[in-house]
Formats: sequence, C-alpha cells, structure tokens
Amino acid sequence: MSQTYIISDYCSIRNHEVVLHDKLVYANTDAVFPEFLTKIYQHFGISYPKFYKMDNLSKLGFLSADLLLRDKDIHQHYAGNEVGIILMNASSSLDTDRNHQNTILDRNNYFPSPAVFVYTLPNIVIGEICIRHKITGEGTFFIQEKSNPSFWVDYVKILLDQGIIQCCLAGWVETEGHNYESVMVFIEKSDRPNSGIANFDASSIHRIFDNKK
Amino acid sequence: MTDVFLTSDNIITSLGFSTGENAANMLADQTGIRNHEDVKMSPEPFYASLVESSLLHDHFSTIGDPDQYTRFEQLAICSMQDALSNSGVDPADPGTLFILSTTKGNIDLLEKDKKQQYGKERIYLWNTAKLLQNFFKFRNDPVVISNACISGVQAVLTGSRLIRAGLYENVVINGTDIISAFVLSGFTSFKSLSTGPCRPFDKSRDGLSMGEGSGTVILTKTPYITSDSKQIVAEEGFITNDANHISGPSRTGEGLFIAINTLLKRNPVILDYISAHGTATPYNDEMESIALTRSGLHPVPVNSYKGYWGHTLGAAGIIETIMCLYSIRNNVLFNTKGYHEMGVSHPLNIIDKAAYREINNCLKIASGFGGCNAALLLQKK
Repeated sequence: MSQTYIISDYCSIRNHEVVLHDKLVYANTDAVFPEFLTKIYQHFGISYPKFYKMDNLSKLGFLSADLLLRDKDIHQHYAGNEVGIILMNASSSLDTDRNHQNTILDRNNYFPSPAVFVYTLPNIVIGEICIRHKITGEGTFFIQEKSNPSFWVDYVKILLDQGIIQCCLAGWVETEGHNYESVMVFIEKSDRPNSGIANFDASSIHRIFDNKK
Repeated sequence: MTDVFLTSDNIITSLGFSTGENAANMLADQTGIRNHEDVKMSPEPFYASLVESSLLHDHFSTIGDPDQYTRFEQLAICSMQDALSNSGVDPADPGTLFILSTTKGNIDLLEKDKKQQYGKERIYLWNTAKLLQNFFKFRNDPVVISNACISGVQAVLTGSRLIRAGLYENVVINGTDIISAFVLSGFTSFKSLSTGPCRPFDKSRDGLSMGEGSGTVILTKTPYITSDSKQIVAEEGFITNDANHISGPSRTGEGLFIAINTLLKRNPVILDYISAHGTATPYNDEMESIALTRSGLHPVPVNSYKGYWGHTLGAAGIIETIMCLYSIRNNVLFNTKGYHEMGVSHPLNIIDKAAYREINNCLKIASGFGGCNAALLLQKK
C-alpha cells in the first residue's frame, strides 16, 4: 500500500446534531428521531420528493451523503464508476424488517407491501445514494457489531490501491427504534485537489467516530 | 500477482448435503422445487426448494444439539463442517478469516415463539457470525456481507482481494439463507413468484422460485491438495451500481455491462462458459441478455441454476460459484432446468442439455435489489 489517502471531509448525524467538516451545522433537540431527519431535510432546503418514501435507514444515509457531497462536484473529478460506497451497521435493516413482519402477523389482516419490503435489505441505502449522485462504482454493505476500522480501512485501501475505485464514501449508518447514528467520510487520493482534514487511517477514523458530544 | 485458489467446498440444498450429491441429482435432471402447502409460511400454496427438516436434523445431530441451534445456524454449520473437514485449513490460524454472506440470516426469529426460544439478540447478523465463529473457533473476528442477491459473489471477491493484498492466507466463506414467511410474503407482494417451478430465460417464464440453502467455499493462497492438476483461481471481479432503480434492473443492462466489460478489458480471455443470475423473472433475464449481448458474449454457452433449487438469495452466489468450479473440474456444463424456448429479446447460447467439453474458465454474474451487479472470473491453472 504505497499511496497515501486522505479523508477530505466527513459528516456525522447523531445526538440531535449535524456536524460537517468539524463544524456543528445544525442542531435540534426538540425533534425526536425520526422527525429529526425531516427537520434536517427541510433545514438544508433539499428537494428530492423520493426522500419521503424511504425508510429511516435510507433517509439517514441519504442525508449524510447529500450534506457530505453537496459542495463537491464529484463528477468534475471522477467518473460515476470511479466512486465507491462502503457502508456498515450493526442492525442491518431490522427496523424495517420488524415493520414488514407486522404486516403478516395476522392471516386475517395480511397486507405485505412492496414499498416496505424493498427496504428490508441494508444495501438499499447504497442504491438510494447511487441514484441521487449518479454513482455507479462498487458498493458493499458490511454488518459489524460496532465500527471496526482495523478491517474496513484496509479494505477501502485495497479498492483504491487496485484502482477499482478512485474515491470512496464510507462509514456507519445505523437506525434502530429511536437510536440512530451516522458518520460518513469521503476518501480521496492525496494528490486530488480537495484539501483533506486527516490522513485516511484507522486512528483518524477512530477519532472522527468517537467524537461524541 | 498472488493466485487465490478455490479449494474445498460444500453445497446444501433440497438436492443434497454435498456438492457431489447436488451435482449427481442435477445431472439426473432432478429439481428440488415443489409445491408446498404450509399456512405458517404462506396463506396460499407456493413453489419453493426447501431442505427437508428431518434430514437437516439427522445431519446436524452428528455435529451438535439441534435444540440449541436455529435452522439457519444448522444449515451453515453443516455446510462449513463438511467444507472444513480435510481442507487443511485451521480456523484457529491467525491467517484464516471467516466471511458470512446472507441477506436475512435468522429472520424467522422475528416470529414470536422463536424469539422466546432463542432470545432477542440472536437475530443480529453480527451475532450469527459470532456464533459460527465460536462454533468453529475462528481466531479472527468474522466479516458479514449483506448486499442483496450479489452477496455471495461479492464475498468470494472480497475474500480473494484480502488474500491477494497479503492480509490473510485462507478465507472460509459461507453463504446461507432460509425460506421464511418473511421472504415469501415479501416476494409475493412484489408479484415476483412463479406459478410453477421457475423457467429461466424461457418464453413462458413468469417469475422466480424461492429456495433455501447453504454453500461454503474455501479460498487459499496455497492449495492443500497439490496433486490435483485442476486448481482453479479466482481472478478479478467487479461490482457496479445501476444508479437507476432500487427494485428493478436497468432496462439497458448498463451496470452489469460495465462490470463485465471492465473485468474482461483487464483480463482478456476467451470465455468457455457463463453462469448467469437467471432468476426467471421477466425483467432480470431480459436485462442479462442485453448486458451479455452488449459485451459481445451472446455466443458463449450460458446457463442458470435457479431451476434446480430456486433463488437462494445470499447463498446463491456461493453455491453457483461452486457449481462453476464443478463444471471446470469435471468438464461438464449443466442444463438450464426449466428452459425450453428462447424468451429474451437478445438471444443467448442457453445450455439446454448437459454437455461434456473442456472448460478452462467461467464468468459468474449476479444482480440484485439496490441496483447492484457483480462479475467474477474463475480460471483453471
């Protein structure tokens, strides 16, 4: 692994706060989850009606990616298939899984819905981000008890080293009940024009992920 | 570049508890897809390929206590046990990694009675992987991939990349999914299920058949059985996204085309055989025919295994990759069970009866919800 990579930016949504590039850009202690997500969507003036059809996991991932990429014209620097997305969480799509299960509990009240069922896969959030940002590169969803950078940082570096992707959106997107946390980083090769906030390595990732207020 | 060899393997489906038993039944033109009536699973009768519960119980009883393990766990353990025995790979070795590929894991534990039996924590996929880790005493923490229907192919690709990068010597990959009321109701709501056993690429195809199963394949830097002249390596592979629709394949096959095209540009070979995803839904098979034709691969013999054991979701990419290995090792191409008449707009060279010929390489492709596509190249060394 000869080349060095940088974290050019990050976005976290947790504890009623949105932090972008180390700055608190939005806080709302009144709105509970998931209403908090709608407040973020409205506050930043995002216009994407499909947002309202998404489940909470996709909404959270969508907003994180949108805020992270909003001031970057990624297509000016990268082809769609040069951008990768590596996401992970602990509960997969269990929130929506439970919603789907509730629709089939009773044989006399049996109403499984495709609009719910489609979100019973964790990688759908990757698909939603890809559609929004026209990203066609490699996407993978890993399930981990908690973020394990010693594994996934190496894996992202392998993808970059082997030229499979040229940059990567990576991070943690978790929702279960009223609990939620998203931390997403954008990783580029160090010779790219965007100035980074840290080298891309496990200790930087730990620092960004653990920065809980 | 380091070669990554695919060595020991196992397949468990309705057609058998080993790769050989599955292959023998497939060559005898058997299908495991049957009509089932089970109101606990579905209010209506349904076609699916299910592993016989009493057989699973008997097999598992020789390894562990069936009362302590869920159906999903029993399938995965039986498959991993068989693949690990005589593989020469030690799970406790610091150079060995375990990857689990699944879409839904222990999802049937959402059902109230099962939740009470196994507890609330058992349903988490990381916990399932941990249970398997502890059962086989893997030293390294496991990796779980849940990437819809490309999970299996993705897991083989991820494992081979980790070995090639020098991070591990061996990677044990298991892909498992079970059929539950959960998935049956979901695919029914999508109107994706066929009215009989599925018919991949056929003119009268009307949907997929669900299947359950488990597959295990072991990747290694150093093949254990050196006397075997037919070692097979996992070359490169590519994953793409359509960026088009979360539940429908691209109408132009763009994502799959890019994955195949990138792979073959970097690894120019004359392909002997293609193992398609071939779910037998009208849209999937049509999309694959377009992507393969755009890649100039329409003359290459292609089949789908879904007519034998249905769509096994997170297991599909693993067990179908293992069948590709079987084809290369034994110079046999399997019939596309259920196919009779060309039913895609871009005609392909569909294998419509078992054929014996030299096979030196294979392209495995898969596509899934979320717009994801995978292409993987396997080659004889």
